Amino acid sequence: MAARTLYDKLWDNHLVQQREDGTALLYIDRHLIHEVTSPQAFEGLALAGRAPWRLEANLAVPDHNVSTDPEERKGGYAVMKDVVSRIQLQTLDENCERFGIREIRLADRRQGIVHVIGPETGAVLPGMTVVCGDSHTSTHGAFGCLAHGIGTSEVEHVLATQCLVTRKMKNMLVRVDGRLGAGVSAKDLVLAVIGRIGTAGGTGYAMEFGGEAIRALSMEGRMTICNMAIEAGARAGLVGVDDTTIEYVRGREFAPRGELLERAIAAWRGLVSDADAAFDRVVELRAEDIEPQVSWGNSPEMVAPVSGQVPDPAAIGDAGKRAGVERALAYMGLTPGMRIGDIRVDRVFIGSCTNSRIEDLRAAAAVVRGRRKAGSVKQVLVVPGSGQVKAQAEAEGLDRVFAEAGFEWREPGCSMCLAMNADKLLPGEHCASTSNRNFEGRQGHGGRTHLVSPAMAAAAAVAGHFVDVRRLAN
Amino acid sequence: MRAFTVHTGLVAPLDRANVDTDLIIPKQFLKSIRRSGFGPNLFDGLRYLDEGVPDADCSRRPLNPDFVLNQPRYQGASVLLARHNFGCGSSREHAPWALDDYGFRAVIAPGFADIFFNNCFQNGLLPIVLEEKIVDKLFADVAAHEGYALTIDLEGQEVRTPGGESFGFAIDAFRKHCLLNGLDDIGLTLQQTESIRAFEARQREQAPWLWVG
Repeated sequence: MAARTLYDKLWDNHLVQQREDGTALLYIDRHLIHEVTSPQAFEGLALAGRAPWRLEANLAVPDHNVSTDPEERKGGYAVMKDVVSRIQLQTLDENCERFGIREIRLADRRQGIVHVIGPETGAVLPGMTVVCGDSHTSTHGAFGCLAHGIGTSEVEHVLATQCLVTRKMKNMLVRVDGRLGAGVSAKDLVLAVIGRIGTAGGTGYAMEFGGEAIRALSMEGRMTICNMAIEAGARAGLVGVDDTTIEYVRGREFAPRGELLERAIAAWRGLVSDADAAFDRVVELRAEDIEPQVSWGNSPEMVAPVSGQVPDPAAIGDAGKRAGVERALAYMGLTPGMRIGDIRVDRVFIGSCTNSRIEDLRAAAAVVRGRRKAGSVKQVLVVPGSGQVKAQAEAEGLDRVFAEAGFEWREPGCSMCLAMNADKLLPGEHCASTSNRNFEGRQGHGGRTHLVSPAMAAAAAVAGHFVDVRRLAN
Repeated sequence: MRAFTVHTGLVAPLDRANVDTDLIIPKQFLKSIRRSGFGPNLFDGLRYLDEGVPDADCSRRPLNPDFVLNQPRYQGASVLLARHNFGCGSSREHAPWALDDYGFRAVIAPGFADIFFNNCFQNGLLPIVLEEKIVDKLFADVAAHEGYALTIDLEGQEVRTPGGESFGFAIDAFRKHCLLNGLDDIGLTLQQTESIRAFEARQREQAPWLWVG
């Protein structure tokens, strides 16, 4: 058999039917569901009189709209101030009950962001096809899964048929060799990749990350990278399976055990691209060249190293690009050529499906330990990705480190990543955010988002402006 | 799903690359549990001068006079002319729902984000990829001629200009068939029930660990 990429293998393993025009029917092993993109799908199912094809393939959890305020959470839906959000959350509960779908409810200690709890519970396993009505489903590709976001009509389609009508993507390899320097994280790596290839650089591709620097990452780091593959245009990110993957999966709630696990592991070992597999595009970076990154504009490709500057539109030849940069600088309230280190921050958000896992919180805590939030910073939110992450962080005393620094320790949810709940920026406010999108208004009407790593966010919270976390450590 | 065959409509130009789904329909409107009613909030942040909140009466809100869709000459537009990487960002199908609810039947751009592109087909909204230089020309023609309309012929897979030019576009045969006939693809997939069951039986045997959790 010809050499195949990891994506080729996952595709072949799930192909139900290939059609002549290039479209195909692909089998879906795991369907993750949240409250925002599912109500219309359940409604469509009910209107057509259809039942879910395979109940146990689904797992639902509320995350986008939930309050992260500890007081509000104690009272459950009954005390939720935002009635529109409450209705959407209750609709998820009702739909799951009506159709018999397993749901981790708001009050469950495992509740959290869908892309954090999927892997954490073992609901996501290597070699699976995983979909969810959320573009950051690419996260799960860290486990050697074919995982990507789908729209609500496709959510309905997967519920009804356990399949997706799709078309094979092309193969891209992002190869990062060398070692990341101290203070430089997976987030910086993926921002640097997006800065290099642009937000449409991966459109039409499944993006595999490989090389020495990727192998050296923990599962948390790999999830951060695959999470943001979509920000480079690639619906799916991928990392091949190795010991790190297998050790993470072992013992998880929904993972296989005993002899079945050993059989699975033997199969999972093959979930890597063949050595001589051909990729349609290869992008190479050296890990040593990557500095901590800070985004300055309204597209994740608008990013610069912390030692760098905001671009000067006058120096850009292409009229379309120049207009884009001018518009971004106007929206962001930045002057051409200003130093990244001179950008002051009003709020800091540490959380999201990109960076709310235990390793992220440890990295942030390591920076703030013994320090305090700058007086000019109005608020620092630390929002753990799940109940399990929260419990682990509390067991390690990280919550106290944050509290002593003047940071707020919250309940799990998507929170200020997309501000569907009360956690949002006010117009004009700059935010150092560990989330994934810096689009206009993403974190609140008129809000100004700067994407950074957890350590860089913590450093900005302490300094009141962006600062190279490697210098702060000294 | 509504069928799409041939459509002739006024063209509105949105001259901006990387239009993301947060711009198309901001997140506060995603709290709705319905599929309809998103049109008044399409491009909310660009279209109005105040902050949009769910269930507000948009007819009373201050319009941004500089935004292209607010200009009198583009009222009633049903074809959106856009730039590179249109629909990037989230998977929210509320984006095509909002475009459809506003009255758009087709979007023409040099490139679309993958998930948005797929979502359009589910809603009878036709995304058309044309070469950048053709899109550039269309932008110039729209600006030069008030009332500029294009005809989109899905069966013939071409876009026709008032001047008689035509530009072909590609589309998957399956997607085309569904759009032309307004077919629900769930029904079509369910015709493959035997193949799906056979796949499942094979997978249960070869990878039983996928069937325990």
